[in-house]
Amino acid sequence: MHIGEAREVMYVLEMNHVSKSFPGVKALDDVTLKVKPGTVHALMGENGAGKSTLMKCLFGLYSMDEGEIRFNGEPVVINNVKEALSLGISMIHQELHLIPYRSVMENIWLGRFPRIGGAKSPVVDHQTMFDRTDQLLKELNLSNIKPTDLLRTLSVSKAQSVEIAKAVSYDSKIIIMDEPSSSLTENEVEHLFSIIRSLRQRGVAIIYISHKMEEILKISDEVTIMRDGHYVGTWEASELTTATIIKRMVGRDLTHRFPSRESKIGGELLRVENYTSPNARSFKNVSFTLHKGEILGLGGLVGAQRTEVMEAVFGLRLHSEGSLYIRGKEVTINNSYDAKKYGMALLTEERRATGIFPVLSVQDNLVIANIKEYRDKSGLLNSAKMAADTQKSIKDLDIKTPSARTLIKSLSGGNQQKVLFARWLLTSPDILILDEPTRGIDVGAKYEIYVIMQELAAQGKGVIMISSEMPELLGMTDRVVVMSEGRVAGTVNSKETDQEQIMELATKYVG
Amino acid sequence: MSGRRVKQMRTQAIGGFLFGKKSLKEFVMDKAIFLVLLMLVIVIAIINPRILRVQVLRDILMMSSTKIIMALGMMFVILTGGVDLGGGRMVGMAAVISASMLQTSDYVRRFYPELGQIPLLIPILLAVIVGTLFGMMNGMIVAKFKVPAFIATLSSMLIIYGVNSIYFNMPPNNSQPIGGLRPDFTYLGSGSIGFIPVIVIFAAIVSIIVWFILNKTVFGKNVYAVGGNPEAAAVSGINITKTLVGLFGLCGFLISLSGVLEAARTGGATNNYGSGYELDAIASCVVGGVSTTGGVGTVSGVIAGVIIFSFINYGLTFVGVNPYWQNIIKGIIIVSAVSFDIRKYVQKK
Repeated sequence: MHIGEAREVMYVLEMNHVSKSFPGVKALDDVTLKVKPGTVHALMGENGAGKSTLMKCLFGLYSMDEGEIRFNGEPVVINNVKEALSLGISMIHQELHLIPYRSVMENIWLGRFPRIGGAKSPVVDHQTMFDRTDQLLKELNLSNIKPTDLLRTLSVSKAQSVEIAKAVSYDSKIIIMDEPSSSLTENEVEHLFSIIRSLRQRGVAIIYISHKMEEILKISDEVTIMRDGHYVGTWEASELTTATIIKRMVGRDLTHRFPSRESKIGGELLRVENYTSPNARSFKNVSFTLHKGEILGLGGLVGAQRTEVMEAVFGLRLHSEGSLYIRGKEVTINNSYDAKKYGMALLTEERRATGIFPVLSVQDNLVIANIKEYRDKSGLLNSAKMAADTQKSIKDLDIKTPSARTLIKSLSGGNQQKVLFARWLLTSPDILILDEPTRGIDVGAKYEIYVIMQELAAQGKGVIMISSEMPELLGMTDRVVVMSEGRVAGTVNSKETDQEQIMELATKYVG
Repeated sequence: MSGRRVKQMRTQAIGGFLFGKKSLKEFVMDKAIFLVLLMLVIVIAIINPRILRVQVLRDILMMSSTKIIMALGMMFVILTGGVDLGGGRMVGMAAVISASMLQTSDYVRRFYPELGQIPLLIPILLAVIVGTLFGMMNGMIVAKFKVPAFIATLSSMLIIYGVNSIYFNMPPNNSQPIGGLRPDFTYLGSGSIGFIPVIVIFAAIVSIIVWFILNKTVFGKNVYAVGGNPEAAAVSGINITKTLVGLFGLCGFLISLSGVLEAARTGGATNNYGSGYELDAIASCVVGGVSTTGGVGTVSGVIAGVIIFSFINYGLTFVGVNPYWQNIIKGIIIVSAVSFDIRKYVQKK
């Protein structure tokens, strides 16, 4: 790059002194973001730090109260999505914005189909659309996707590639990616990174939002950190470590990402033997044991059928063979009522889809699994008792909510997760199954969740945690059962193992 | 290569409803309700084979024609995940408006006793414009005030019926059935060119135009996009309000056109014309594979759905099934069609 040129367009994007208030909250306070062309710029911060708000201002979804945006050095005003797109700014949202029953090419050119006979013509030019899509996919090395494929037939990873291709088709200079790796397997993340690298080579700047430190350090050139709506700073990624990022994100030293503890492991609590799914492609001959006071990790790649096994243990899925023992006694669990009766609780992976009741209050969400216990003699619900338990839960788990009447959907992800914890704790379970309990939760809240898990184990309960985050598995559990392609590949002691060994087991039956 | 593929895709779009590339099991699952009804058709034909005479089939086709036009209108709304409950009343209104101005000059009880022989097109256009405007109003309410389509159209159903009844009750008509329609008008509904009924030609032309709009135009693709994932449509810079107003307007246009033709076909009109037709249209769409969750549906599917539904309607009477039982059978068909449809999408999720 010439020095003169560098001075001219040092930054493809500058957001200077941006402030934005919502009723009662100052979401952004004098925030700065400067992105160089052809770089991957990570934007980090806890949930609620204002990353999304900042991006929405950039993408024309929110209007800024104060501040300016400079694009290629020129001040610009972005009033809506269309203006952002035509400037060359696009966004890959966390929930993919694609239309399932339409073809890849239609999804890509949505809103700007090529037309037969000029821009005003109402008729779509399919041939041109096909050719352009074909070329675009080839350029991005996505030849395994056909322009005429229906979106719903594609995997999540391919669908995301389509979104990226769409962003590229806008001739974007900046592509914002919001948690793009959250539902991808490791291989798919590698593929995503290779696409990102090729975009970077084409001079596209990527603003990369993620909670995964390892990923950020691997892919990004620069990192901007935000905290509570404030700008903390921008650093070269090479200057940073996981620890320094966390420190700057939370504004305090988190010397330990995981609380330390002494495990007191007691007798056998749950034993699963030879659980096999009637579906041949699902789990097979799965056996493991959970002890009192133990945190048992369940590791493996996405698609290793970990969730399926646990759902079968909880009675939500069928198993054709196998037996289950609780405290040494064989029991049959065919549905979730049975599971609850035997003192089991399950926190599902998809918090929004299968966890919370978004438009019900925090209190309603808390007591729902235990609602029968609140009936008095007449069979009516005792509101005073429900309110008292709710207050206690809010206090015990330090749930940050304006009141018990607040709708749960307005809480942050971490606090929603705490409410779900509290919901199951009210049923006084002995065995807690946690499916990716910290997914999409910021660092501070993660730590609090870990503390809760530790406390439960200290009380002599058994905890099973499915997790795809390696550090979490190693840092939080006593033992890890590693699954591969529906089978148990091995069980390791967390203190004596490392990432490599777990990865090796996780890929044991792959391919 | 690429040209061939586009062509292949096009033929799939045309014939995709029946001949899509799928495994047999998937095919059966996809078209379960369709196949069940096809069996019912066969049973009816076995009980009374006379239903397969050309004359009878032609009758069924004529009966289906206005319903096809109406169901195609309904399809636009269902594609966005809504329904138009006011459709039946809109048929009544269009029928009354057009019929009221198209009576023969020697008929005794004329709606407008002094009205001369006006060009055929004027009352028809008037009826269709009023219908289109009501449709656009529905679209506006859905788009701007975020009122669910079934509530918006429930209200317009009442309003349309009220407006139509007031018009119908105007002296000197005083709510008398409108009859004595001009032969050039009734020709549209019951005439034929050679052996082919004019009304069937109407339905065919409308079907081709609707097919073209849905598959070849930007507007049509936007309809599928808004129905399939409104957020995706919004972030792609599609004007959702414009699309909704457009498609509801088109729905109003097609439904009122079917109302006009219904008056021409039956040779009369009252304010109660068309009552309940919207349910038949919705049922036909669903049977024909238009998903109530939005974003999925083809013209060929809707046509097949209407014809099968009409055949069963006609056939049950033909083989002497008690009309009360017919209602029960129709109810079962609708609920099973929707539950099959929902099951299909839930499973694939």
